[in-house]
Amino acid sequence: MLSKSQARVFFLGGTIVTFAIFLGLSWNSLSREVPKRTHEKNLTAQVIRGKVLWEKNNCMGCHTILGEGAYYAPELTKVFERRGEGYMNAVLTSKIPWQPRGRKMVAYGFSTTDAADLIAFFKWIGEIDLNGFPPKPEFKK
Amino acid sequence: MKYKSQKVAYWFFALSMLLLVLQIVYGFIMGFAHMGFDGLHSIIPFNTARAVHINLLVVWLLSGFMGAAYYIIPEEAEIELVNVKLAYIQLITLALVGVTAIVGFHFNIWEGRKFLEIPRQLDWLVVVNVLTFLGIILTTLFKGKKRTTTSLVLTMGLVFAALLYLPGMIWFDNQTMDSFFRWWVVHLWVEGVWELIMGGILAFLLIKITGVDREVIEKWLYVIVGLTFISGILGTGHHYYYIGVGKVWLIVGGIFSALEPLAFLGMALFAIAMYRKGEKKHPNKIALNWTLGTAIVSFVGAGLLGLAHTLPQVNMYTHGTLVTAMHGHLAFWGAYGMIVLAFISYAMPNLTGRKLYDSNRGILAFWLSNIGMLGMTVAFGVAGVAQVYLERKVGIEFGEVQKEIQVHFFILVICATLFTTGISLFIYEFIKYGRPSDEALIVAADTNTTN
Repeated sequence: MLSKSQARVFFLGGTIVTFAIFLGLSWNSLSREVPKRTHEKNLTAQVIRGKVLWEKNNCMGCHTILGEGAYYAPELTKVFERRGEGYMNAVLTSKIPWQPRGRKMVAYGFSTTDAADLIAFFKWIGEIDLNGFPPKPEFKK
Repeated sequence: MKYKSQKVAYWFFALSMLLLVLQIVYGFIMGFAHMGFDGLHSIIPFNTARAVHINLLVVWLLSGFMGAAYYIIPEEAEIELVNVKLAYIQLITLALVGVTAIVGFHFNIWEGRKFLEIPRQLDWLVVVNVLTFLGIILTTLFKGKKRTTTSLVLTMGLVFAALLYLPGMIWFDNQTMDSFFRWWVVHLWVEGVWELIMGGILAFLLIKITGVDREVIEKWLYVIVGLTFISGILGTGHHYYYIGVGKVWLIVGGIFSALEPLAFLGMALFAIAMYRKGEKKHPNKIALNWTLGTAIVSFVGAGLLGLAHTLPQVNMYTHGTLVTAMHGHLAFWGAYGMIVLAFISYAMPNLTGRKLYDSNRGILAFWLSNIGMLGMTVAFGVAGVAQVYLERKVGIEFGEVQKEIQVHFFILVICATLFTTGISLFIYEFIKYGRPSDEALIVAADTNTTN
């Protein structure tokens, strides 16, 4: 029967081994995969300014991006492809709450430069290789 | 209780209860908004309510864990806490930082990263606060007469939780990197080191309530936390499927996160087995309910419902939908909400000297809150599955789908009302116990039989 000291070895050994594998895999992903898959060369100052705005206004508190965030408003990973620049600019600069089908968005009333920064951010996000996410609807005519 | 300094735990529990009430209020705001009643939009928009809801969750649970640690460590180490005054200061600063952060959320002051919304400047105060807490716990443990496995596992969980807060404080230009390290905090907390905290508290409760030999309980505690880390650390991979890292995580994350329920299953079987093995009939039935309840509901909520959408083939469709909210609610409730309530139920009679543990109200609180939360989980699940099919399979536009699933939020709000009734009864009991009293101190000799 298992003794307490064997159980301790199982705990400590298992933890150390899996954590070492985790660190190795993480290192590989971050140093080799991320720069390529996210096209880090396209990560311009404008895109980064867009990310700052994204976080400063907690857009993730309603929307998802890369599938992460809240479920109150649409997924925005492919929003650039889906809506295009003009539509996005109109939403972002609107001074009254944008409310498609009655659900309100905060009226941020961004300046056109801020809106352009956010659009650049979404464009960059949309180009990341996400292993096929978001899935293409199967039954859409 | 055996040591005067354990009384500080009461105030952490009181803070915990207060924040839980606020969390529920903001939950209702979101539930109504989903139904289309967003009258508060101009004052409390959804993203504010959401940030408040999830940050209050983290803070009330942490406050509960801290209170439990301040109660457990003196008893396990057989010594008074080294600095009680500092523990009270730590409590007050924790409350102040929490309240400041939450007020800030109403004025667009935050860092919009899910679960880590507290702005960077306040993060540093959190760090100082947690270091103070750990300082008190570690020094007490170090000076104590005994260092039991239970206290070591609990302390290890608390120390790792503090360390893992740090990767969330680094700025990344790249959203993928940002997300990658955000999960080092969020995932490795809730599916890693918090389970150590939960396991430590659970072991302590089982030792006290069932009277089963400490050596047996602590041996299985090692096995369970071992399973937790072996599956949970590499299980982080289930957050890396679709964020811009390689395909290796689909395999690693898929396999190891499918193993994650084992740790929770172990926990449930362990609690039930110890209960049946125990010969001692502890009179605190309410604490027993919550203790067995947390072990079982965590298996269902965190284990099974997690498994339900953890495989990459499924997660491709459910990622970023209400299915996540379904799993999230029962998992947090079962694993962490209930363990805190279990501990409070156990500790209150000992802290105050009032033995109110066979009240019907207490039992009713347990059942109403659990049934309410299960109902909410079902409502989220139905809404989530409908959303997945309509939006991701059929390709109907987001807003159209939201209109279709509004009705499920009506059910959600009804179940949430049931849940809230249960929690209100729990808090009513908490208040009825009154303040902790030195008269509740038990002379060391007969503690084994009465405590």
